[in-house]
Amino acid sequence: MAEATYLEAIRQGLFEEMERDPSVFCMGEDIGVYGGAFKVTEGLFDRFGAERVIDTPISETGFVGAAAGAAHMGMRPVCEMQFIDFVSCAYSILTNYVATARYRAMLPCPMVVRGPSGGYVRGGPFHSQNPEAAFLHTPGLKVVYPATAGDAKGLIKSAIRDDDCVLFFEHKYLYRRVKEELPQGDHVVPIGKARLAREGRDLSIVTYAATVWKALEAAEQLEREDGLSVEVLDLRTLLPMDDEAIVATVQKTNRVLVVHEDTVTGGIAGEITARINELAFEWLDAPVRRVAAHDVPLPYAPQLEDFVLPQTADIVRAARWLAAY
Amino acid sequence: MAVTSALATDSAARAGLSRDQLLELYYWMRLTRSLEERLVNLYRQTKVVGGLFRSLGQEACAVGSAYALGRQDVLSPLIRNLGSMLVKGATPLEVLRQYMAKGDSPTRGRELNIHFGDLEDRNFVGQISHLGDMVPVMAGVTLTFRMRKEPRVGLVYVGDGATSSGAFHEGINFAAVQRCPLIVIVENNRYAYSTPTSKQCAAERLADKAAGYGIPGVRADGNDVIAAYQVTRDAVARARRGEGVTLIELMTYRRKGHAEHDNQSYVPDGEIDRWARENDPLDRYVQRLIGSEGVAPAELEALDARVQAEIDDATDVAEQSPPPEPRDCLVGIYADPPEAPALWYREGVRSAVDRHERPAGWGTHDG
Repeated sequence: MAEATYLEAIRQGLFEEMERDPSVFCMGEDIGVYGGAFKVTEGLFDRFGAERVIDTPISETGFVGAAAGAAHMGMRPVCEMQFIDFVSCAYSILTNYVATARYRAMLPCPMVVRGPSGGYVRGGPFHSQNPEAAFLHTPGLKVVYPATAGDAKGLIKSAIRDDDCVLFFEHKYLYRRVKEELPQGDHVVPIGKARLAREGRDLSIVTYAATVWKALEAAEQLEREDGLSVEVLDLRTLLPMDDEAIVATVQKTNRVLVVHEDTVTGGIAGEITARINELAFEWLDAPVRRVAAHDVPLPYAPQLEDFVLPQTADIVRAARWLAAY
Repeated sequence: MAVTSALATDSAARAGLSRDQLLELYYWMRLTRSLEERLVNLYRQTKVVGGLFRSLGQEACAVGSAYALGRQDVLSPLIRNLGSMLVKGATPLEVLRQYMAKGDSPTRGRELNIHFGDLEDRNFVGQISHLGDMVPVMAGVTLTFRMRKEPRVGLVYVGDGATSSGAFHEGINFAAVQRCPLIVIVENNRYAYSTPTSKQCAAERLADKAAGYGIPGVRADGNDVIAAYQVTRDAVARARRGEGVTLIELMTYRRKGHAEHDNQSYVPDGEIDRWARENDPLDRYVQRLIGSEGVAPAELEALDARVQAEIDDATDVAEQSPPPEPRDCLVGIYADPPEAPALWYREGVRSAVDRHERPAGWGTHDG
């Protein structure tokens, strides 16, 4: 079987779920005839037609709200944000209407909001964002952010089948850079379970999305140059968070570096650190440290973007500090 | 010839409604008004936990328009559309339990006032407080009717204030483009909280906004229950024929404040009294029923008595209803997991701290 890229894996997941379940349909800007800005939905329009692959007006509140209404009536809509930066336009309806629907009105709202996220692509302030932390704070939503092609496929399928609203962040840096041979058959990855991306004994890196790959690069370098055995935990799902997997790695290595691409203040690393403090304080041999983006709107020029975002060399440097503590 | 003409006029004035239906409209309007009056009493006795929102003077808008829907059609009410929910099958008991935050209220004490719904059977949706948001939601509800070729329509209310919101614009535009079978009623009661419509929008007629979406916009007298019914019925028929969205502006007047606490200091002197005296929807309708429909005052009094009895019975039951179990607050945030854990500091909770295991030789731990 041929390898599939991260992007192709998502497309396969969408395609398979639309084949399997006639209540699944897609909405978004330029996703139909054109196939989407990144071509994630390419081919869906030809296969499923304009009724199930709907080109919408530029109105994230409009079609995310419409998705909620359709979901109440038994449909399973999948909304594409052309760039995830624009999900902020639907922030109110997602957090106030969608997230509360089951709780306040016993209304099921099975829907997915997905879109290309993240930087390292010279996209500038409005095509590079990682707004996941903004939604972590909202009970009623689920937040998923895969790092591998296999997880991208398995998790988009789980997200579509989930009975609540799942925000599905896709890292655009990974779209065509990572690929793998995908498992045959109905490949589903459960929401809420982390993945041990690399086993180690001396130090743990807890991370997700594109920085999983940077953490893996750093781990190899640290093994080669320092003889350090570094464990890498890929969270995959951010809400609900896999506390068990986090505690297990803390108990194993006693030193934790939390890495993410989002800005450091108010980022998810703070939440992870608080959980480690509450659940496994006695197991720590060193303070939990964070490697994340500087608190800066993401700039365009490569020299600026590279400085703001965490790089492999930053992870190596921080890991050495932590190992020596 | 004269007789035929008179009959035709008579039939048009009644919008094809039978005498029983005309009396039913009266019943729903009276029930709306009397139920809110009961709620005012309960509010003053501090039995209503939160705020109280009235629709005094606007009962005809809600009742007349909702009366044009079938049971399978979906209604999305706003805070001044209690009447529409009653027409759709919401009961006084549900409303009273909601206001009193009872455990057996439709939302089990999670939401306030008339923020509740039922999409299983009676087909009305629980609203949220963010004005305009229900328009895109109803665009999606009705999109599914079109996709599944079901002969159902949706009706969503907004106030004059919500027409300024982005969600209203995005929702009605989406529905228009997709030709969703949706009726959008702008209930223009001249105030959004304290803000008059002239400060909300520079257009004279909110119905004119329809032109910008390529849909018909019509205006009707919202204090004439038959007119509200008729204009909605025509839009429902149009939507059912697959011709898409209609925007209806119903002209009315909000005689009470935004909520019960609001002293309406911003309203010009005499304005409220004038509307109460000259343009009360129930008074107007009573005159019509007695004057041109030949209804005996005793018939209306019998309906009034029935309404009072129903409200008395519902109040008795609602007051006996239990409050929610506190721990029910953790249930049903998600389908899976079905329940959230209580936090570690709550008494009786087996917390993460209890589970802490300390590795041998750890720091200052002395066992």
